[in-house]
Amino acid sequence: MIETKAGYREIEHTADWELQVWAPDLPALLEQAARGMYNLAGIQFYPAPRQVHEFDIPAGDPERLLVAFLSELLWILEQDGLGFDTFILNLTGDGLHARLEGTPVAAQSKEIKAVTFHNLAVRQTADGFLVNIVFDV
Amino acid sequence: MINLTDLTRINDYEWEIPQTFRSDMRVPVRIIATRQLLDKVMSNNSLEQAVNAATLPGLVGRVLVMPDMHQGYGFPIGGVAATRLPDGVISPGAIGYDINCGVRLLASQIPFNAAAPLLDELATALDHFCPSGVGGKGELRMSESELDRVCREGARWALKHGLATETDLRRTEEGGCLAGADPSKVSSRAKERGRPQLGTLGAGNHFIEVDIVDQIFDPGAAREMGLELDHLVVQIHCGSRGFGHQICTDFVEDFQAAVRRYNIHLPDRELVCAPLNSREGQDYLAAMRCAANYAFANRQVLANNARKAFEQVFAGKVAHWQLNQVYDIAHNMGKIETHDIDGKQVKVCVHRKGATRAFGPGAAELPDEYREIGQPVLVPGSMGTASWVLVGTHESMARSFGSSCHGAGRVMSRAKAKKEVRGERLRKELEDDGIHIRAGSMAGLAEEAPAAYKDVDAVVETVVGAGLARKVARLRPVVVIKG
Repeated sequence: MIETKAGYREIEHTADWELQVWAPDLPALLEQAARGMYNLAGIQFYPAPRQVHEFDIPAGDPERLLVAFLSELLWILEQDGLGFDTFILNLTGDGLHARLEGTPVAAQSKEIKAVTFHNLAVRQTADGFLVNIVFDV
Repeated sequence: MINLTDLTRINDYEWEIPQTFRSDMRVPVRIIATRQLLDKVMSNNSLEQAVNAATLPGLVGRVLVMPDMHQGYGFPIGGVAATRLPDGVISPGAIGYDINCGVRLLASQIPFNAAAPLLDELATALDHFCPSGVGGKGELRMSESELDRVCREGARWALKHGLATETDLRRTEEGGCLAGADPSKVSSRAKERGRPQLGTLGAGNHFIEVDIVDQIFDPGAAREMGLELDHLVVQIHCGSRGFGHQICTDFVEDFQAAVRRYNIHLPDRELVCAPLNSREGQDYLAAMRCAANYAFANRQVLANNARKAFEQVFAGKVAHWQLNQVYDIAHNMGKIETHDIDGKQVKVCVHRKGATRAFGPGAAELPDEYREIGQPVLVPGSMGTASWVLVGTHESMARSFGSSCHGAGRVMSRAKAKKEVRGERLRKELEDDGIHIRAGSMAGLAEEAPAAYKDVDAVVETVVGAGLARKVARLRPVVVIKG
């Protein structure tokens, strides 16, 4: 049962991990997906130092945008050991500009190999957007 | 949802979903399973994913799913599909993100009784010498040009650096090196991820396991492989790490546009593909081979490190402590092979995702010592349960593109396993059973609990019953290292 305007929950999947994510708009959906992915990976953040990271993703359909955004976060996590808790996401006709703030990751209990396109479909609902994302682990 | 009434029973071990089941299917789906194993997948999407796989352009024969099948992403785990050359497709999602994830088996002449007092020390040594865990980095530091050499040379790169023997290479699928790898087709991001990770195990379901040979079913084949009853062996299960994951990620994204260019319509975007003779298909093939070779080298470096651990623990205490390679086999790979299709020798691209090559006796690809008995097929179980050594058969060549199962296969979701299994309790139960555990994460250990997997003995009985493999030996774990 979806009770909040934005959030995520884990869905049963035999081999991998599946998240259901919902939000009132697309940028908020990306943010909730990121928070859900960090939660699945068992990430714990150091309180400091705060760091800012910015990147752009070219325009594409919502599914490609979602996969590219989450894949970028996995890349930053693996290469720089950084995770984010503040998301400023601007979506324009040219694509997504992300300005993220976060801290180094103190611990990560699970490895996510990839964000998949499996049955990926961002759907519009009466309250906003809904998507199920399968992660290869 | 697919029902049992949609399936045609062929015999006790085989079922078929006819091509007429769905209008977009290009070939039928053959399921290798007993009724009992079939029941375990009817409630999830495994069979629907197999039907989706049967829509790929250029398929020949039929799509097969092995008895360890389970729901994956796009293509089911346990799936085998062959596409014709030159215009059939290659699909990165039908090979998987962990390109050339596979298993290596090393045999020793160390009797269990002699090793028993030293097993805990051995677990610590293996854990020390073989880096594991989330994002784990190895001791090797390599430049991009050195990584390019790994991409081109695979396990032979390790031989040049004194980390392998000629026997290791001879007893590795494709000699540990796929031809046609081209590092220029690999993204800089993949290379950045791959450079520090060579010689690491990773996390998830990857492991190093010390087993004892519990039963021997074919003494002649076991002797040829160096397997002796009650003696220690080592299994190494891992793949191409972040290097392979990134290559698959890059091409699944790239192929989202390719399917539109080639007017290919698919039921699932994870199945995106490109014709083998297209620029996109050739680029993926060349990059995928780089990841395959990286994985061969990765398992070779880990094998060398396992040898160091054995030397540290057993040298001077136990005679003949050396580890000799039995075989190394991939279970996530796309390979160009020649198979008999309707009486003709046809060159095809065989996609195996969670399925093992299982070539039968006489295959030219096998080393001399195995040509008479058939290719060793390594089937790891879940920790705490048995693993198996099988050999491929003439039947597997004729009916499954020379393929067999790759493991036990999951049956319980990770979410449920986390809820139902406590990592610390599981660890104690396994240790009470005489299995020495080293695990990076108790939550990760819980997700990989034996209860989350099918009965590997039932899976093996099924491929043997279907004629796709023969039993050689059963293994029982005594040490498990998990990231």
